[in-house]
Amino acid sequence: MPLAVELESVSFGYRPGQRVLEGVDLKLGEGEFVAVAGPNGGGKTTLVRILLGLERPSEGRALLYGEPAHRFSRRRTLGYLAQRSELGGDAPATVREVVSAGRLAAGGLIGPLRRRDRELAAEAIARVGLEEYADLPVRTLSGGMQQRAFIAKALAGEPSLLVLDEPTTGVDVESQDSLAALLDGLHSDLGVTIVYVSHEFGAVERFVQRLVLVRRSIVFDGPPSDLPGVWHDPSHVHA
Amino acid sequence: MLESEFMRLALGAGAVVGVLAPAVGFFLVQRRQSLTGDGIGHVAFAGVAAGILLDVAPVLTALVAAILGGIAIELLRSRGGTAGDQALALVFYTGIALGVVLISAAGALNVDLFQYLFGSILTVTRSDFVVIAALGAVGLAVVGLLYRPLAGIVIDEEGARVAGVPIGALNIAVAALAAVTVALSMRVVGILLVAALMVLPVSAAERIAWSMRSTLALAMAIGLCSSLVGLTVSYYADLPPGGTIVLVAAGAYAVCSIVGSVRGR
Ligand SMILES: Nc1ncnc2c1ncn2[C@@H]1O[C@H](COP(=O)(O)OP(=O)(O)OP(=O)(O)O)[C@@H](O)[C@H]1O
Ligand SMILES: [Mg+2]
Repeated sequence: MPLAVELESVSFGYRPGQRVLEGVDLKLGEGEFVAVAGPNGGGKTTLVRILLGLERPSEGRALLYGEPAHRFSRRRTLGYLAQRSELGGDAPATVREVVSAGRLAAGGLIGPLRRRDRELAAEAIARVGLEEYADLPVRTLSGGMQQRAFIAKALAGEPSLLVLDEPTTGVDVESQDSLAALLDGLHSDLGVTIVYVSHEFGAVERFVQRLVLVRRSIVFDGPPSDLPGVWHDPSHVHA
Repeated sequence: MLESEFMRLALGAGAVVGVLAPAVGFFLVQRRQSLTGDGIGHVAFAGVAAGILLDVAPVLTALVAAILGGIAIELLRSRGGTAGDQALALVFYTGIALGVVLISAAGALNVDLFQYLFGSILTVTRSDFVVIAALGAVGLAVVGLLYRPLAGIVIDEEGARVAGVPIGALNIAVAALAAVTVALSMRVVGILLVAALMVLPVSAAERIAWSMRSTLALAMAIGLCSSLVGLTVSYYADLPPGGTIVLVAAGAYAVCSIVGSVRGR
């Protein structure tokens, strides 16, 4: 299986001497659906930022499809929903404007949106169930609905590697389940590689083949069913 | 009012700047960089001083200084992480201090300087107007061309960065646009009030707009009206044009706030 992501003995600190991650080895094959879990401050966000080339490892190396992650040449195939994405400023962008921004890299930077970009945006809005709200300013929606708008933005770019950092913060159980089913569909029908970060992986647990627990280093990596019982609630990882 | 050529030129220049300043300011305001325009203005002041000292057209030296200052602010901001406001302060004060030193070296603490600080739209000549209109048109065209990527950065900078949108280059483009806007607006409202015309119409539009696109369009409309109404009022009431334009824009902000909050209820 060709590799989408390869981290080789990666260590990282935001400041010299700090060790947020230490000796992390991680290989993700193309088409895998992986959940990354761990306690607050365990380094999940840092791990995905390194994996996407937003940060460079202090030691070790990070590869995307075999290329150094920070110089990856096919970035338009990457989708990222940052943790607690929020609108810069008070821009009264509508749901449609937010989701259409997801077509930016794939659809071309310059000039007006093409019809196909508009169709894909509308499709993504429908997938997260926000059709009725499409032309309302995002900031007038509830927190969970805002989050769904940003999930739709990430989907609209038709990424082949999709990284979602805590996408279900503030999202109700029903929508969590429908997101999980949606991701499962993307994964099995389109072969999208998905990295799903959450400290509650309940919703995706039945869909992922692989669970990675991060607490400074990788303390568990395997099928969720192999997870020792005490760890099942990942808030116990520090025990 | 329209019989006099100087007034027609003033209204023309005011219209161009009234539309351009909020169009560029929009992207600064949305990213909470409202004061960048002011910072660039301070550097432009040093440029004016250098022009007077070297006996070169101060508008040209101001344009060059503004572009350098805008890019410096952007680089300091993007490299320095959280220290954005300090980067701005550094450029601000260096600009003003340099300006003061250069001006006194030129022995020109006089009316000339006053015109650049507070605007001198009534002295706009035909050739000034041609330059303002041409650069203004270029600026607006660039905003139109880059609207989607710039809006995309406002909406989700990290997402755009991951997808390979050239954030650094686009930020430099905004800084350069802001610099051109400052240099052009200098004649209309003066260095001290340039940033007001970039910020107030956008804040006003935000109170009543229903989308990002409508915010931009309304801001440009409010900027245009403020400029034309301000000039007209200043003509008949014999008030300083720059200050009057900015006061009209501030009034527009108040009206839009009231309309927005009444409608919001
Ligand atoms: N920009 C930063 N500068 C300095 N330290 C940071 C920065 N971001 C994170 N850290 C530190 O790195 C460690 C790991 O943080 P990270 O955000 O990766 O954890 P996480 O697993 O994503 O946590 P959470 O569940 O709260 O999202 C924490 O101790 C945090 O304090
Ligand atoms: Mg995190």
